[in-house]
This record gives sequence, structure tokens and C-alpha cells, in this order.
Amino acid sequence: MTTAPKRHSVLPGFNLTLGYALLYLSLIVLIPLSAAFIKAASLGWDAFWAVISSPRVLASYRLSFGAALLAAGINAFFGLIVAWVLVRYTFPGKRLIDALVDLPFALPTAVAGIALTAVYAGNGWLGRYLEPLGVKVAFTPLGVLVALTFIGMPFVVRTVQPVLEDLEREVEEAAASLGADRWQTFRRVILPIIAPALLTGFSLAFARAVGEYGSVIFIAGNVPMVSEITPLLIITKLEQYDYVGATAIAVTMLIASFILLLLINVLQGWSRHRRGN
Amino acid sequence: MTVYLPFSSSREDVIPVATTGEPAWVRWLLIAVALGFLGLVLFVPLAAVFYEALKKGIDTYFAALVETDALAAIKLTLLSAAIAVPLNLVFGVAAAWAIAKFEFRGKQWLITLIDLPFSVSPVISGLIYVLLFGAHGWFGPWLQAHDVKILFAVPGIVLATIFVTFPFVARELIPLMQAQGTEEEEAARVLGASGWRIFWHVTLPNIKWGLLYGVILCNARAMGEFGAVSVVSGHIRGQTNTLPLHVEILYNEYNFVAAFATASLLALLALLTLALKGLVEWMSQQRQQADISLEPSPP
Repeated sequence: MTTAPKRHSVLPGFNLTLGYALLYLSLIVLIPLSAAFIKAASLGWDAFWAVISSPRVLASYRLSFGAALLAAGINAFFGLIVAWVLVRYTFPGKRLIDALVDLPFALPTAVAGIALTAVYAGNGWLGRYLEPLGVKVAFTPLGVLVALTFIGMPFVVRTVQPVLEDLEREVEEAAASLGADRWQTFRRVILPIIAPALLTGFSLAFARAVGEYGSVIFIAGNVPMVSEITPLLIITKLEQYDYVGATAIAVTMLIASFILLLLINVLQGWSRHRRGN
Repeated sequence: MTVYLPFSSSREDVIPVATTGEPAWVRWLLIAVALGFLGLVLFVPLAAVFYEALKKGIDTYFAALVETDALAAIKLTLLSAAIAVPLNLVFGVAAAWAIAKFEFRGKQWLITLIDLPFSVSPVISGLIYVLLFGAHGWFGPWLQAHDVKILFAVPGIVLATIFVTFPFVARELIPLMQAQGTEEEEAARVLGASGWRIFWHVTLPNIKWGLLYGVILCNARAMGEFGAVSVVSGHIRGQTNTLPLHVEILYNEYNFVAAFATASLLALLALLTLALKGLVEWMSQQRQQADISLEPSPP
């Protein structure tokens, strides 16, 4: 077995495949994305700042980032329970439910949007019971939270599940034999092991939710300053032919996403390192 | 070796359950919380799609699906997926070959850049093509002078679809091919096989399930993409409307039954995707087990 770097590999096709991959990546992703940055740069710093810090845009950041953070938190809590139940217990229909966890990945966002609206509207299956309690979900910021929880749901389950499966029971038995009760074992032994995966799933759910559009716009009501998410504001500016304004907000979001992406890469490296040990 | 009994076992006196399991009431509480959560955000909305679609009877349902604009939307959705998926498939294989079979500087950066489209908001994925090909974009004036339509036409929809589904095949194949190493290909090379022959007869049989998995996910997203396509489409009925955009138009016209009927088509596609995904996972597990049993001695 050789682990030395294969600088002089006998295999053919390096130049062709790497060349094609780089060309395709540049044409589809890099050049179009750089267009956004160049367009935003044409605006000048003061004008750029004026756009991205106007009250309506700030309100949309608060909603998009706030609701995404809250939804990721909800998903971290319930996602952990779902992953735990799927790995540790058996119950009827478990395999089917395990498969359906991925539904938010596969279901088109527009379908999710109208379905959630139908369920949580005042006359919907769940909305009609919530409204008398004074809880309005559809067409309020709470609706945004429900939609973002839906689309971020599989991330935590799918990152925590494999770690729980790999967890060696001996560790828990050792904790038990040393006198720890179940809750102590969970908090002191299991939670530290799954923490990196949990955090990775949380950040993936958050990153996805921040940019989400399709599932939100149907249920949000889209009232400026109240229930208007940032991606919708970009669309609104585009429809008013304010390309520069739309691009300025887009670039702000892109930078935030890139920072998140870097953070997720670091977290995943940490998680892999933990599991390797 | 300790033999663990399934945790649904009612025999609480078995030692492994007593030391590393939870009391029955905790187990059932956790199962109830998990199912309750999944029910509220997942199962009830899914059921609502089909209920709303069939509310006015099966005839109204099918009438909504065979209407001319709906058929045009189905056709365009199939067309854009038929272009985007193969292109991303070829890219995915090429990128995975270069990354998994060779060492070069900046590899980690390349992997990160390939994942980039996943962290871009769908709306921004559409916007960047408006900036390139729109009337005031970089290539807008040239395109107008030569009477080429990209934005608010089919090519723009295809481009946006390619962008949002860009990483799917590559990110499935890269870790898989990295784990498989280069020994089998090198052996084939030493025996005198050409590059293409190595790929078809050695690499492809090894990666086929991963490849299929990536294609299934790529296709589901390609057919279901909403935000990016919505920005570049122009929403011309019967011409630049994909199925998800058709759902939106019908919904905004308060034509709820038709909107949910079209949505149910997409929901069925999603369920089919999950079923195929499960099947591919099962097949590749079977293969792995067959491989292990073929090996003379376990490591």
C-alpha cells in the first residue's frame, strides 16, 4: 500500500479532467458570482452602505437571520431526539419514518410553502385550533419560523444519526458501572461526543434557512418591516429595476454565507477529528 | 461479545437494557415527542397537499393536470432537468477523477468551491444571471444586437437550474472515489488498459451506486427548484413556466385545487425520489456485504 503523494501517477486524464472541471466551475459558478461583486463595487462604499443599512433592509436581516437562528435551534433540539429515537429504539413504521425525514430535501420549496400555509392558516387543519388560543401562524413572522423549521429539519438528524450509530456502548456501560445515572451519562459522556455533529447540523440548517425563499413567501404574508425576508427584498428591488440595490443586498448575504461556509468546514473537520479518535 | 436485545424488549431485567437503556416511560415519551414534531412539520403538511388536491373530486384533479399550460410546464421542467442533470453528471465525474486519483495543490479549495452553490440563496443564484444576461447586464447589449434570448427564456432557466444543482453528483463521488483509492486503476493501467477502458470497466462499476444516488438527488432539485428559476423565468404562461412556478401562479390566482393538484405531482416526485434513494442505499449495502464475504480473510 502506498500513501505517498502520487505526483507522477501512471493514471491518465489528469489535465483533461481537472481542466474541464475548472472551466465548467468558472463558467457556471465563479464568473457569474463575481459579476455580483463587480456590480456592487460600481456603487461606491457610501451608496452601498446606504442601501444595506436602510431601515427596511435591516428589518429584513433581523427577520431572516433571527428566524433562521431560532429554527436551527428548534431543529437541534427536536432533531437530536428524532435521531436518538431512530438509532436506539424500535417501533412500528420506523423505517418509513426514517426515509421520510429527508422529505424537505426532496420536496420542492413551493409545494412546502403552500402546504404549510394550508395547514397553518386560520381555517387550516392546525390553524383553526391555534387561532382561538391567540396564536396566529400564517401571514406572521411565526409562519416564517415554521417554514424555516421545515426546510432545516433533516440537517441535524442526518449529521447526528451516524455519530450515534458509531457510539460504542462500552463507554456508556463504563459510565453506568462507575455509578452514573442515565441522565449523567447522557450529559457527561454522550453529549460531548455528539456535540461537534450537533453543531455542524445546526449551522447547516441555519445556513440553508437564511437564504430560503420558496417555502417562506407563501406563509409569511410579506409585510414590509414585519414579515419580509431578505431574499424577497432582493426580488422586490429587481422588479423595480433597482439592480444595484438588489446586488448590494445580495453581496451582503453572500459574504455572510461564505463566512458561515468556512465555519461549517472548520466544524466538520473538528467533528471528523473527534470521530477518528 | 455481549449480545444486545432490541430496546423495545419488555424484559427490563436484561442487564444491557438496565445499564445503558432508558426506563420505558422515557422511551415512549421520546418517541412521542419525535413523532409529534415530525407530524406537525412533515406528515400533516404532506397529507394536506393530497387532501386539497382531491377535495373537489378526481375529475377536477385530472382536469387541472391535462390543461395546456400545465402540460407546457411539465414539458419545460422535464427539458431543463434533461439538460442540467447530464451536464452536472459529466462535471461531477471529471472533478471527482481529478480530485480522487491525483494529488495537486489547492485541492481543498477546489472542493470548497464546488460546494459553493449550496450556500448561495436561490434568489441570488438567479440574480447573478440577470446581471450577466439582463438588458443592462455584461452581455445584455451584445445579446440584444444578435437577437439571442437567454433571460426570460428557456436558456436562462436551464442555466439557473444547472447552478443550483451543480454540486450534487460531484459531492457524492469525491469522498467515494477518494476512499476507493487508485490501486485497481493502476493495476489495469499496468496491464495495458487505456484511460477510457479503465474508467468504463474498473472505475464505473465501483462508483455506479454513488453516481446513481447523486443523479437522483440532482434530478429532484432540478425539477423542483423555485427561487432561482423564478428570478430568471419572466413567468410567461405556457412558455417559461416550470411546474413549481405554475403552482405559484395558480395559487396566487386563488385556483387552489389546480395549484395543489400540480403540487401533488411534485410531491409524488419527491416521494419517488426518496423511495429510489432508499433502494440505491439498500443495493449498495448488499454489494458491500457481498464484497466482504468474497474476501478470503477479514482484516
